[in-house]
Amino acid sequence: MSTTLRFFRFASPAAFYPLAGKLVPWFSGVAAILAAIGLYLGMLRAPTDATQGDAYRIIFIHVPAAWMSMLLYVVMAFWAAIGWAFNARLASIVARAIAPTGAMFTFLALWSGALWGKPTWGAWWVWDARLTSELILLFLYAGYIALVSAIDDTRRADRAGALLAVVGSVNVPIIYFSVIWWNTLHQGASVSVTAAPKMASVMLLAMLLMTLAFWAYAFAVIFVRTRAIALERDNHAAWANDAVARAPVRQGASS
Amino acid sequence: MSGTFAVLVARDLRLAARRRVDIVLPIAFFTVAVSLFPLGVGPEPQILRQIAPGVVWVAALLAAMLSVTQLYAADHADGSLEQMLLVPGARIPVALAKAVSHWLLTGLPLVVAAPVFGLLFDMTPAAIASLVAGLVLGTPVLSLLGGLGEALTLGLRSGAVLLILIIVPLCIPAIIFGAGAVAAAESGLSARGHYSLLGALLIFTAVLAPMATAAALRIATE
Amino acid sequence: MAGDQAADAKTPADAVLSVQALECRRGDRVLFAPISFAVGAGAIVWIRGANGQGKTTLLRTLAGLSAPTAGEVVWTGAPEIAPRPLYLAHANALKEDLTVAESLRFLLHLAGQHVDGRVVEAALERFGMASRKDAFVRTLSQGQRRRVALARLAAQRELLPWLLDEPFDALDAAGVELLAGVIAEHARRGGAVVLTSHLSLPIEEPAPAIVELHAPAFA
Repeated sequence: MSTTLRFFRFASPAAFYPLAGKLVPWFSGVAAILAAIGLYLGMLRAPTDATQGDAYRIIFIHVPAAWMSMLLYVVMAFWAAIGWAFNARLASIVARAIAPTGAMFTFLALWSGALWGKPTWGAWWVWDARLTSELILLFLYAGYIALVSAIDDTRRADRAGALLAVVGSVNVPIIYFSVIWWNTLHQGASVSVTAAPKMASVMLLAMLLMTLAFWAYAFAVIFVRTRAIALERDNHAAWANDAVARAPVRQGASS
Repeated sequence: MSGTFAVLVARDLRLAARRRVDIVLPIAFFTVAVSLFPLGVGPEPQILRQIAPGVVWVAALLAAMLSVTQLYAADHADGSLEQMLLVPGARIPVALAKAVSHWLLTGLPLVVAAPVFGLLFDMTPAAIASLVAGLVLGTPVLSLLGGLGEALTLGLRSGAVLLILIIVPLCIPAIIFGAGAVAAAESGLSARGHYSLLGALLIFTAVLAPMATAAALRIATE
Repeated sequence: MAGDQAADAKTPADAVLSVQALECRRGDRVLFAPISFAVGAGAIVWIRGANGQGKTTLLRTLAGLSAPTAGEVVWTGAPEIAPRPLYLAHANALKEDLTVAESLRFLLHLAGQHVDGRVVEAALERFGMASRKDAFVRTLSQGQRRRVALARLAAQRELLPWLLDEPFDALDAAGVELLAGVIAEHARRGGAVVLTSHLSLPIEEPAPAIVELHAPAFA
């Protein structure tokens, strides 16, 4: 019971700020190390694929990025809903902080998909089910970011965003299903561009490491952004002014 | 609460009758948009027949979204929306009534006008029939989702463009199933699967969208 | 303390509306210092405050459109009355393309009053707009539209509490007198009235109690 209470203490932006500040360097470090190992394994140690040659190695960025983009959308919707339901300000801030990172991963997944498609199929873009779904996911992120940015009142913005994110999450399975349906009807590219080659265990390990690296990176970036938004929103509060006063002043920066 | 619903739909229809240009504008936009495609793509009948269902559906979606701002914006500006929301338990009937009014004034005319465009694109009778059937099931989905989008963006300066950005991803299944039905009919296959999916989508949306719209109205007017 | 005035002369047991330590927000700004007051049957409460102090937000919160940031709003009284006060906003809620009679009938219909033409006409007559009942709202002046919006008050049969936001706005001298009479009559019959007005109220009997909104304690 006491552990739960102690945990909830961090639900206020003021308490979360220093905790997140301490954790960011750890997450960044973990991300860098895992990415280094993952990329080493994927780029140098995993065997060359018989059909796709070395071009398939982009999979070690493409697949983890795609997973992160989908995971982050659901996590974003979750925290936004918590913030709405329980009037928990920090939860709403976290949701807003997740959105740009999620969109970035989606963009990365699309880009790496294109880089994969060009040498493999000769086209920069192929309308297969998974890439098309990633594109629609990018639209969903863009819609969320556009909506919360367009509303000046932060409380209304948070809640409207939460509703949109929840509606989006409910629709994602439906959209995904309809895109697969669409893709099977129009049998243009009969083999999916993103069909992965048979997985040697070192490939799986590399993908797992990259996923964890992206995950740690996401934590670090989202915590940094959350701290910034919390400072901004609470800019009248004592804790925020203290935190800014205590922050190291960079050389040559004006006051 | 059916009283609120009926009163609202009756009022919206009466207002539309007084301002008939508001009904004509979406159809005019639809006509222009659909007619642009042959100009852009070329007059070859084979190609036109192939792109027709997609073109009609996308144009229907855009026409519906552009006219949806009229659903709530005027009522929000003159204070009528506030009075409607004061009635206890009125949010869901309001959302439903608005969606129904929008469909009657935009969706239904599109359904009626669709066969004409089918002829413009040299579609077979079976294809036209399936286009109309799909639109009958799909345009209410567009109206319901459009209402949700409008409630979310109520009173914002960004207006229709923001609304389209938010809502269009959610409308993609309807477009896929609707246009797919026509493609199936054109190749002589049964479109029954597509109709079932559209029907299921309609039921799903009709049950959930008014609740979401009601929540959005609350968020926007609090 | 100014914000804690009991606004009625009656005992709290008669209170139709009781407001406790209410705080309201608009966007991120807390609007006024916590406020408490009670409104009894037959009382008129006049909410005053500087521009932007939150008078409209307070009325909207009392009407149930907004949730307060802190404190509570308690409506008591006969079950038929609570919790549905009649709220007239600053905006008239009239559609330009409807006639006066249609607009009024729509608003009454929304509030659950299924009225016939005679009631509508009588209500319009009370505010001097019966002659324009078939005119389109867009042909009316601001003052005339205000009168039509106010006609809802005259069509009221039940003794609902009234929440009126700047009701005297745009009215000419005759209109002001008319409205004052309608409000006083409602109070005499036992209905409660909470209103805002930046002009002084021309109502003597019952004397309106004043509730002032003040800026919150911190910046």
